[in-house]
Amino acid sequence: MAERMLMKGNEALAEAAVRAGCKYFFGYPITPQNEIPEYMSRRLPEIGGVYLQAESEVASINMVFGGAGTGKRVMTSSSSPGISLMSEGISYVAGAELPCVIMNIVRGGPGLGGILPAQSDYFQATRGGGHGDYRLLVLAPSTLQEGVDLTMLAFDLADKYHNPVMILGDGFMGQMMEAVEFKEPPSTQSSDAEEWAVGFMGKRGKRALVKSLYLDPEELEQHNQKLQRKYHAMTQNEVRYESYQMEGAEIVLAAYGTTARIARSAIMNLRKEGVPVGMIRPITLFPFPYAPFETLPKSTKNILVVEMSMGQMIDDVKIGVGKDIPISFYGRSGGIAPSVKEIEDQIRKIAG
Amino acid sequence: MSEVKIFERPKSMYDVITHYCPGCTHGVAHRIVAEVIDELGIQERTFGVAPVGCSVFLYNYINTDMYEAAHGRAPAVASATKRVRPEMIGFTYQGDGDLASIGMAEIVHAANRGEHITVIFINNAIYGMTGGQMAPTTLLEQKATTCPFGRDPGVNGYPMRVVEMLATLAAPGYIARACVAKPKYVAKAKEAVRKAFQTQIDGKGFSMVELLSTCPTNWGMRPVDAADWVEEKMIPYYPLGELKVPHEEVKN
Repeated sequence: MAERMLMKGNEALAEAAVRAGCKYFFGYPITPQNEIPEYMSRRLPEIGGVYLQAESEVASINMVFGGAGTGKRVMTSSSSPGISLMSEGISYVAGAELPCVIMNIVRGGPGLGGILPAQSDYFQATRGGGHGDYRLLVLAPSTLQEGVDLTMLAFDLADKYHNPVMILGDGFMGQMMEAVEFKEPPSTQSSDAEEWAVGFMGKRGKRALVKSLYLDPEELEQHNQKLQRKYHAMTQNEVRYESYQMEGAEIVLAAYGTTARIARSAIMNLRKEGVPVGMIRPITLFPFPYAPFETLPKSTKNILVVEMSMGQMIDDVKIGVGKDIPISFYGRSGGIAPSVKEIEDQIRKIAG
Repeated sequence: MSEVKIFERPKSMYDVITHYCPGCTHGVAHRIVAEVIDELGIQERTFGVAPVGCSVFLYNYINTDMYEAAHGRAPAVASATKRVRPEMIGFTYQGDGDLASIGMAEIVHAANRGEHITVIFINNAIYGMTGGQMAPTTLLEQKATTCPFGRDPGVNGYPMRVVEMLATLAAPGYIARACVAKPKYVAKAKEAVRKAFQTQIDGKGFSMVELLSTCPTNWGMRPVDAADWVEEKMIPYYPLGELKVPHEEVKN
């Protein structure tokens, strides 16, 4: 059995990346994710890797663009305002089809907002942020253990799809401590870098060209069609979610990340009282698990979406559920999480 | 008697017609870079980073590993690539809008970290690709589409002397300004580019060559007049020469 260690969230995510073969980190300080770059600045030199503090988030993501072009595993981390600054570069990384992992330890917005946890960047993560028809694979862990496991998976998926993968955490996850176990990662390096990456011109007999520019409209459309086929493959192969207490559920909660963890306690308490409540917890936010919402058990009478935002994931739940079942929403923002009691009260209100 | 070639296309250059305007000196600068890469025998281990601007298609002309970067970000892209693959030789090729305006943060910090990369900086005192707008390097009284009455220092500030600024930093190994507007300057320009790449090969830090260039189309001049304008207007404001050389070569 692998060792269990008590670690702070940000550091556990960073260590998971190292164990997944990531030796190169480029980033810029921002609260509440600073322990990730701090950890990497100590850890990466130990394994012959590179930690480089960039002059801005704009530079960070363009460094990721350069590093990823070599086919090596590279990453950056930031928090909401920093991700906004990176969004242009993320579009370039996606357009050039480069693999990388971006950790977003979300804080409250808009603007400078605050430094406390939030889930108000769901739209930004799943609907772009940057320009153009691109998608990120977005993984949303609910516990530190899941954060560690999904980080390892993220590097594997980035290489598999030649696409940026975002770990969408929040300030709670970054700052809390929990026991984690580091399992074997699915892979520790790209399997096809020599075929396409920078640095193999002699071996390959052909130079590498890393770009997102296609001035010929036919070529650009073909490029976009190719990207869409890739995103479609993700929706076929990579959807992940958890069903919790869905047996006979009349009220179905939809929540992800830390909020789902809080909701789980509320469901546990109410199930003891005989309230028929369950939860669908999306783990991938793109691709979104529409199927479980399209095929809810016949017992379902109400949906309750709970988020640490003013309501963003609710749009995807509506797409999945359609119009036959009423959907209500409960959210807190500004760095405030919905409490177990608040969620219980909401469920009771619906149960009548 | 066997045929002796005294002039041929550099191996590191594709045999294609460029998209540049008549009288533009990007072609000369490209050729210098390609010749130096050939002469140093580094084609297969070199990567270039193209900017946004007229030289965005650099990758169509120079046959090495290539990136096409976002506007101004080439030094960040090159910094990371070189850190990940330190045995490679990396260069960026950037115009004055790309490097001195939107990309000023990236160039200053790459230089200040002493990144082992080579920067070729084309200064033609104007935005070319977008159609003749004012650049940070546009001379006083020079007209551009966004300063139609001439650059006014009270409104737009003064033309920036980028290499002089960067030469104040401790980390750069080699910094020079040369000119490619007339044949008589080209040999010195090539010498500067060669020294810049050699500085990188020798592990002596960041290297950069600014090349004063023409833009007859956006200056509204005939090519010959444009070449004269570089000599008469640009060189007095942007003096040619080496501003920083690796330590061993410092002259008293």
